[in-house]
Amino acid sequence: MDREAIITLAYLVASVLFILGIKGLTHPRSAVRGNLIGALGMLIAVIATLVHQSILEYHWIVIGLIIGTVIGAVLALKVRMTAMPQMVALLNGFGGAASLLVAGAELIRTPPPAFSDVVIATYASGLIGAVTFWGSLLAFAKLEEYKAFRQPIRYPLLQPINAVLGILALVMCAIGISQPESVGLYWAVVFVASVLGVTLVNPIGGADMPVVIALLNSYSGLAAAATGFVLGNAVLIISGSLVGASGVILTNIMCKAMNRSMTNVLFGVLQAEDTSTKQDDVYRNVKGAAAEEIAMLFDTAQRVVIVPGYGMAVAQAQHAVRDLYQLLESRGIEVLFGIHPVAGRMPGHMNVLLAEAEIPYDRLKELDDINAILSETDVAIVLGANDVVNPVAKMDPKSPIAGMPIIEVDKAKTVVVIKRSLSPGFANIPNPLFAADNTLMFFADGKRAVLDLIAAIKES
Amino acid sequence: MWSHLLVIAEQTGGVAEIAQGSQLPFTLALTIFVLAIFVGFEIITKIPPTLHTPLMSGSNAISGITVVGALIAAGAGHSVLATMLGTIAVILATINVVGGFLVTNRMLHMFKRKS
Repeated sequence: MDREAIITLAYLVASVLFILGIKGLTHPRSAVRGNLIGALGMLIAVIATLVHQSILEYHWIVIGLIIGTVIGAVLALKVRMTAMPQMVALLNGFGGAASLLVAGAELIRTPPPAFSDVVIATYASGLIGAVTFWGSLLAFAKLEEYKAFRQPIRYPLLQPINAVLGILALVMCAIGISQPESVGLYWAVVFVASVLGVTLVNPIGGADMPVVIALLNSYSGLAAAATGFVLGNAVLIISGSLVGASGVILTNIMCKAMNRSMTNVLFGVLQAEDTSTKQDDVYRNVKGAAAEEIAMLFDTAQRVVIVPGYGMAVAQAQHAVRDLYQLLESRGIEVLFGIHPVAGRMPGHMNVLLAEAEIPYDRLKELDDINAILSETDVAIVLGANDVVNPVAKMDPKSPIAGMPIIEVDKAKTVVVIKRSLSPGFANIPNPLFAADNTLMFFADGKRAVLDLIAAIKES
Repeated sequence: MWSHLLVIAEQTGGVAEIAQGSQLPFTLALTIFVLAIFVGFEIITKIPPTLHTPLMSGSNAISGITVVGALIAAGAGHSVLATMLGTIAVILATINVVGGFLVTNRMLHMFKRKS
């Protein structure tokens, strides 16, 4: 066999290892091994490429590999678990940028014939890669809550401008495909697509972030697959489409969990109602409670359900929650966690935080499973969540969150809501749960509140 | 699912003979693309929501496979510009690969203990 064939076979082995690696993620027990199998696949693919006959000099490769490894390792080992959405956003962006650069370099090295599949793939890679890179950088800035990016930049004709940019990019692609030798056109497309990436992600924020992150994840995969078409390389096509499929599936799950279509999330703006007067009406009967009063609830409780939201991440309360969990379990109380699919800023965000705090994953229940047992629950604790427990979603068909599946904590005997104030959640609507007869409000910072609660339970 | 895998194995195995000039015929590339998407949907729908964050970071690492193309662009010694683009791509893709696999490993170890 010649060298080319051996390399191609090595790529085949790598592809199979990637598939087996992702398959390992179907269960927490096999997941660590799955990830290692994927990494092994990558190692094989890289080594096989290094012996490729078209590689003549190694010094830039070595420099690139060293810099990349150091930055990647530092990022991975230093990042806080609460900052995982930002980390994934950044990695999505780098993937997109790498794809567009490789396609650009290939256009310079071996200009393909006009209208060929290769030149079409090159432009697809440039377009998707640039949107992914700049969209992800902006998503990263929003998630890091940099001051300048907390609010979307407002300007008129938002959607028409996006449409014009999109059409412009496509027209330029068409011209570029007919003249592959004019490399400048490629970078012009990359520039327009970069602007488009920013303007597309700009208006999206808050609770819609999980959808954006999942979608950009999918784009980074598609950009890699497009680069695979450019290079005629099967391992790129296979891995790219695996990642693309994964992102699409996650995007769908997030959209369903909000009862909104993808177009609505990406291009629609949530109708902000005038809440000031309505809010006073809704919140007339709110009952506040202190830690001591709430602690007494646990004297007779048999089952407690904790529903965490983004507020738990902000307050870094996951370790305090673990202590509460252990204390209650030591008193023979069953403690379960109800995780809404869009709780947090990315798919599975809450699960990672609770896993960090060493809470066994079999205690984490999905929406339907937890709703089935909430009516037989003594105390439901809502920690830093709001819209995902708002009963308005079921009651008022005109509400902006109408039809969104919620965790029905109102069915529990008593609901304790830990929250700093009565301020509305992302959907900007009042939550009648806070004023329900069986609800006690515990106004405090999430971590402080849980620690106070632990102290009060130990005393009683 | 295994039948999908076998089909893909046959297809990519066939590539070894055809791809002497390293170019993959478009129809074959498209076949691989479509089949891989099916395999992806098949496996990924089975992944529990608890592992969705590691799935994202792990699949991020896998999409760093672009490093393969970046290495060739950086090492082919074509022109300064192509080499430069390739080198930046190697850096970015390597961050993706190393950062992605490491952070996923860190997270998954948290799921593994105490269970």
